[in-house]
Amino acid sequence: MSEQAPILRIEGLHVRLPAGADRAFAVEDANLELHANETLCVVGESGSGKSLTARAVLGLLPKPHVVASAGRIDFAGRDLLQLDADGLRKVRGAEIAMVFQEPMTALNPLMTVGAQIEEVLDVHGALKPRERRSRVLALLEDVHLPDPERIARAYPHQISGGQRQRAMIAMALILEPKLLIADEPTTALDVTTQAQILKLVRELQRKRGTAVMFITHDFGVVADIADRVAVMRHGRVVETGTAESVLTRPAHPYTRALIAAVPPLAPPERPPAQHAPDCLAVRHLHKSFHVGGAWTGGRGKVVQAVRDVSFRLARGETLGIVGESGSGKSTVARCLVRLINADEGEISLGDVDLRALSARELRPVRRRIQMVFQDPYGSLNPRYRVGRIVAEGPIVNGTPVERAYARARELLELVGLDARAADRFPHEFSGGQRQRIGIARALALDPEVLVADEPVSALDVSVQAQVLELLASVRDRLQLSIVFITHDLRVAAQVCDWIAVMQRGEVVEYGRTSSVFESPRHAYTRELLESIPGRNWSLGAARSNFSDGAHPATS
Amino acid sequence: MSLAAQRTRYVLRRLLQAVPILLAIVVINFLLLQLAEGDAADVLAGEAGSATPEYMAALRAKFGLDQPLALQLLAYAKNAALLDLGYSFRHDTAVATLIAGRLGPTLLLMLSAMAIALVVGTLLGVLAATGLNTWRDNVITVLALVAYATPLFWIGLMLIVVFSINAGWFPVSGMENVAAFHSGWDRVVDVARHLVLPAITLSLFYLALYARLMRASMLEQSGMDYVTTARAKGLTETRITARHVVRNALLPVVTMAGVQMGNLVGGSVVVESVFGWPGLGLLAFESLFARDLNLLMGIFLLSACLVVVVNLVVDIVYALLDPRIELR
Amino acid sequence: MTAEQATASPAGSAWRDAWRPFWRRFRRNRAAVAGLIILAAIALIAAGADVLRPGDPFRLAGQPFAPPFGAFLFGTDSLGRDVAAGMVHGARTSLLIGLVATVAAVLLGTLIGGVAGYYGGWLDDLLMRVTEIFQTIPFFIFAILLVAILKPSIGSIVFAIAIVSWPGVARLVRGEFLSLRGREYVQASIVMGMPDARVIFLQILPNALSPIIVTGSLMIATAILTESALAFLGLSDPNVMSWGFQIGSGRTHLRTAWWVCTFPGLAIVLTALAINLVGEGLNDALNPRLRDR
Repeated sequence: MSEQAPILRIEGLHVRLPAGADRAFAVEDANLELHANETLCVVGESGSGKSLTARAVLGLLPKPHVVASAGRIDFAGRDLLQLDADGLRKVRGAEIAMVFQEPMTALNPLMTVGAQIEEVLDVHGALKPRERRSRVLALLEDVHLPDPERIARAYPHQISGGQRQRAMIAMALILEPKLLIADEPTTALDVTTQAQILKLVRELQRKRGTAVMFITHDFGVVADIADRVAVMRHGRVVETGTAESVLTRPAHPYTRALIAAVPPLAPPERPPAQHAPDCLAVRHLHKSFHVGGAWTGGRGKVVQAVRDVSFRLARGETLGIVGESGSGKSTVARCLVRLINADEGEISLGDVDLRALSARELRPVRRRIQMVFQDPYGSLNPRYRVGRIVAEGPIVNGTPVERAYARARELLELVGLDARAADRFPHEFSGGQRQRIGIARALALDPEVLVADEPVSALDVSVQAQVLELLASVRDRLQLSIVFITHDLRVAAQVCDWIAVMQRGEVVEYGRTSSVFESPRHAYTRELLESIPGRNWSLGAARSNFSDGAHPATS
Repeated sequence: MSLAAQRTRYVLRRLLQAVPILLAIVVINFLLLQLAEGDAADVLAGEAGSATPEYMAALRAKFGLDQPLALQLLAYAKNAALLDLGYSFRHDTAVATLIAGRLGPTLLLMLSAMAIALVVGTLLGVLAATGLNTWRDNVITVLALVAYATPLFWIGLMLIVVFSINAGWFPVSGMENVAAFHSGWDRVVDVARHLVLPAITLSLFYLALYARLMRASMLEQSGMDYVTTARAKGLTETRITARHVVRNALLPVVTMAGVQMGNLVGGSVVVESVFGWPGLGLLAFESLFARDLNLLMGIFLLSACLVVVVNLVVDIVYALLDPRIELR
Repeated sequence: MTAEQATASPAGSAWRDAWRPFWRRFRRNRAAVAGLIILAAIALIAAGADVLRPGDPFRLAGQPFAPPFGAFLFGTDSLGRDVAAGMVHGARTSLLIGLVATVAAVLLGTLIGGVAGYYGGWLDDLLMRVTEIFQTIPFFIFAILLVAILKPSIGSIVFAIAIVSWPGVARLVRGEFLSLRGREYVQASIVMGMPDARVIFLQILPNALSPIIVTGSLMIATAILTESALAFLGLSDPNVMSWGFQIGSGRTHLRTAWWVCTFPGLAIVLTALAINLVGEGLNDALNPRLRDR
């Protein structure tokens, strides 16, 4: 891109892990370059070392166990790894600034936003005290925060996630650093908020000529903002290049597999079910919560989590319920399996209204609708072996123990694990494998309907693809009907036949996947679709060139 | 609604909520009365035999001891609300008057002890956490562990042996040297000298607790994300500790202090009896000795009221410290 | 591995699998191991009280005010009672009362807190109000009242200490149950139709046990301190010797016979300290986390 010398050059960086970690180096022989007025995206899955590389630049590695043991990091004529504590402090915030992933925890909850931003000026002795205040307000305006005075006086918990992240960006840019490092700054945000923040970063970078190092796991984000790309895997940089070349003509097999695993936005062709009967019909579901205010406190607020929600699900089909946080989709899922009791409405499973059943009547019916949960690390009881976890459902419902265990072993094989997994504990398995166990557990009761609550959201994109494939094959084999909750439209496009879009408790759009994606009717749906990072790249034809079925985990 | 009005409303609401608790205590007192051997009137009159038969008859009528239990309870509650807690023959005064007179010294002792425990305790906790695993940390941790295991009355006695009897630095007992008739500033100094040992004794257990709690809290906060952000901004470690970590780490300690204030009243019973400090605790000890259950129950009721007020104050203080808490 | 083997004691094998790494972690904490050794020694002494110092500890054994490290290891008190004999028999009292009172408080608190945390709703509100009342009551004065009214005896002391200690356990258990109830594996159990009792005992309780055990062990020390304070004030069972009683009886002669108060007090400190060290060790062993050390 530019012929000048790079602003940042990382050469042969090694970051050592303490003894007992699963590998010796978190980062091994990493080489990266970043020029002024350019955005470099460092892309990788969890455990790739991308975050630690970023932290090594500013000396923010979690000492004393994790240290940079070899290499150089050249910035403005100095090797940052050789600087002493004082030298590093002068660089931090003033010449190189950093933005982190979780805006809620990254800000001190006891200090106002304005005070925390002003602290940067104070610490580096910039500007006279009187001028600092106006400088802070100017920055808050630059990041397009409404009513900067109010935001400056507010505490972090009083503003939204997107606003907090904007404030963090303001805090990072206030001393006009030459380099901004952003460590997954949009991962914790809703997709619409993410789109706004990405736009903001692009705009600020161009206006100020800052070099930006953007860490992410999402290739869609890469497509939207990167000028150059570096792909990392297991601590090594496996490929670098311009965004255009890496995205359209990736060289390394890992990169190719990783890109292939990203679900395309074009829904796959699925033959419409031959007018299968409805197995699940939800009519006019309502659920409200009272927040705060016990009989001792004041009046609480009433939050309407689910408002007049209706949909149906035919046999063998998958319905996707899509929405951002606070949309009510999780509440709907929990109402379906009666973890929560809805206030009003009908949940018809075949001929039975689930919502109206008493606890006693419900018990024998429960086995017909089962749930797969989101968090692979929280959905299995750590104290029991896998066999028992999977067999427990049938045992509790009357199946003789030996048969239940035999069935458990069958199911484990069905989901792609060895039958001997039954004798091991959950902590011996990876996240993707645990999700498979969760699916086996749900299938153990031979349900008619499976409610999957964000089953792949906590997984790396390569593992995600495998689990989605498993769900699809299981659905086809067992003629299951699936209600699929997700916030990720890509996943919804790939897996679902029908889509219901939820916003603030209501279903704002409902239709076949292809029609919702091609011709969305509601403004919110349109906004959601436009916010998907990298949508232009996905919809481009070039993607089909290398979907050769390789899996990132095996290459 | 203005801030002041909102806060007043909150205080009033909390005091109102405390009423059922105090009622429950009155009921408990009543039940205890029933459990005690002898007639309720015997208990209420104090030492058996000191009261005249006429007084006993009047007492029985007043408390309706020949009537069904429920009416007795009501009568008792009514009397309690009117602050008529009975009469102490041993002291020849009404219980309510007795208690009122002794409240001051106990409050003085409790507040001093809590102040010492909080200030010194959190300071030690900060010192331990910032010097993690150095000798400073180890010494503080060990001392805290030992102090936490030490009974109050024993350490009080040991302090007397060392500092009063052998070294002669502090007086052995009492709150002031009454015979000297100090006044004004001299009196303050005199009381202060008498206060030192008892306050330190009462504070030791809690000091150890807060030191360890503060240390753990500091360690927990040091691993938080906002500390990394502060470091990325270029703050020195000292500034991060002082301006960011300490404030956040203090919150659980304040919560714990609030919960413990009630226990401080109990601790003062022991400490006051060891040091002869003329407060409620000593009164309780004396009434125990004299089998004056009525007086004891009166002290019980009052200390419960004290705990309610203190809890309210602590909640307000906590809300002032943590902007995430809204006083509703 | 056959199904019978797997289910013969699926819970049992889970416990066995948990024991070995737990013991390894506990062993690593030297202070905790020291505490355990001291505690074992004290328990042995208590058990062997009749062998070490046979007879009634209240009897007059020798000259009053005999200084320590002479004919009598820890001297004698104003009535000529052997201080060491009192300490050895008093150990039994303290350990017994501490243990029984704590077990009772833990059982009661776990029951109430568990029910409140699991079922929520009005039941939770009601039980929490009750707990709140008990927590507002100044517990030591309440204990004094109870023991005074019920006449001091081992039974009444155990009862009083248990009554004032259970709210803390209830609060803790309620918090644990509330948070565990939201765990996804617990929700999965409910969705698969598991009856409530089974969910509580087999899914939630095993994972809630660690903090309960740690809190319980630390409560034993507090119970011993409370019992000795009550005894100091004259509220001990007149038929059994107690360390607090020894200190209380010796305080009027503090100037001349300091040893009567000092040594039993040291015994209390040592016992409580040992228990706390073991409790901390349990905490570290049951909740392994990346530590700074």
